[in-house]
Amino acid sequence: MQQTPLHSVHERLGARMVEFGGWHMPVQYGPILDEVRCVREKVGLFDLSHMGRFRLTGADRISALDKIVTTFVGRIPVDSIRYGLICQEDGGALDDILVYRGEEDVFLVVNASNTERDMAWLKEHLAGANVSLEDQTDELAMLALQGQDSVATLQTVVEDLDLLTIGYYKSGFGTLCGLPNVRVSRTGYTGEDGFEIYFDSGESERVWNALMEAGAQYGLKPIGLGARDTLRLEAGMSLYGHEISETRNPIEAGLSFGISFHEDKGDWIGRDALAQIKANPTNKLVGVTTDGKRAPREGYPVMSGDEQIGVVCSGAISPTLSKNIGTAYVPLAFSEAGTKVQMDLRGKRQDLTVTDLPFYSRKR
Amino acid sequence: MRPDDRRYATTHEWAKIDGDSVIIGITDFAIDELCNGNEGDLVYCDLPEVGRMVEIGETFGEIESVKAVSDLQAPITGEVVEVNPVIEDHLQVLAEDTWGKGWMVRIRSKAPNLDHMLDAAAYEEHVAAAH
Repeated sequence: MQQTPLHSVHERLGARMVEFGGWHMPVQYGPILDEVRCVREKVGLFDLSHMGRFRLTGADRISALDKIVTTFVGRIPVDSIRYGLICQEDGGALDDILVYRGEEDVFLVVNASNTERDMAWLKEHLAGANVSLEDQTDELAMLALQGQDSVATLQTVVEDLDLLTIGYYKSGFGTLCGLPNVRVSRTGYTGEDGFEIYFDSGESERVWNALMEAGAQYGLKPIGLGARDTLRLEAGMSLYGHEISETRNPIEAGLSFGISFHEDKGDWIGRDALAQIKANPTNKLVGVTTDGKRAPREGYPVMSGDEQIGVVCSGAISPTLSKNIGTAYVPLAFSEAGTKVQMDLRGKRQDLTVTDLPFYSRKR
Repeated sequence: MRPDDRRYATTHEWAKIDGDSVIIGITDFAIDELCNGNEGDLVYCDLPEVGRMVEIGETFGEIESVKAVSDLQAPITGEVVEVNPVIEDHLQVLAEDTWGKGWMVRIRSKAPNLDHMLDAAAYEEHVAAAH
């Protein structure tokens, strides 16, 4: 199992460690629900150094990538970031990614569990193009600060860059804890305002400690993957391996905002299949809520009468909504908000109400 | 050391002979795996109805924490004759008094025999290997 440069820090903090995507990661430092509330109300610090990070340079980087990913890379303004996917020919998703368009490079952030497969896929499909592809996962650390006090916390350790000038889904470079040229983006996976930062992994512990100290006055806590999963689910964000996979298409997952059929983008892998699905979808990813005691959990059958109509993708106890929530794919006929369905718990039934996603949006 | 007046399953249930029946619970290790020392993370425990017949190895219930659901497996075959009424509304009893008031069900068996289960020393080794 791989370890991030902060592994011993997590252990010292008393984190419970679990395997995630081939990495030994902190799932929680304290009660998960407290960690969720801390991010919703204050600020939280996440070690995301397990996520895969690739840098593409070379004259063809944009045109070549536009044949592989669903995003229209050529139309992303410099210093902006877009969500997108890597799909197979049949439209099934191999991964979902963030695409950072730089002046001289394109930077991709991918899921830890898919890093190797993405690398192989990119290499195969970039062959022949004037592109150099570099895996920066080991040399860069990745941390996230999320929550309303993340601006104030991060600004304490960042010189020569006014964080308020970085818009949502935009990035900049600044001097962080004395490290020059650190990539800082206003992105995240929690539904809160916040930042993700990328810097020399050899400096991980020093930067982590500086952020813990800078955030102390705001009530900052380290946040594990358990709370991260609840936060993203409340915010209606998909997780690879749950809402999206090789056998699910991103159209029915509601991810059309990350897919470009613009004719100037040209053809790309999966375009035809996804165009057909878009014209004639049969299922939809919806939210489900329940007033019952049990939380929806991955794999639970979703029932209408005696008929199984779907399956739960993710579920959580939501402290923000004070309800148990989940996601499920259901046929379009059952996708209207307010539709009553049930989940099957080894023969027992519990009522679910279909809800639009997201469950939670921050007031801006 | 855990109590040696009972036997343990590799799936972290404990079983204690009491007359012609067997009392079943789950171990401190199982509870810690579920809630990592935060007993508030335990949210629900689904236990069977009195009168239900269970087979050895069969799932007789589920326990749920904020992040996970675990099956409860019957270490013996028999009839559920009593269910701990305290657990439904007071899950914390599982952590507070794991070996006593935190029992879950009582199963009546024709010839209660727990020889197939681990004794306290063997369970200790089993748990150590799991870490």
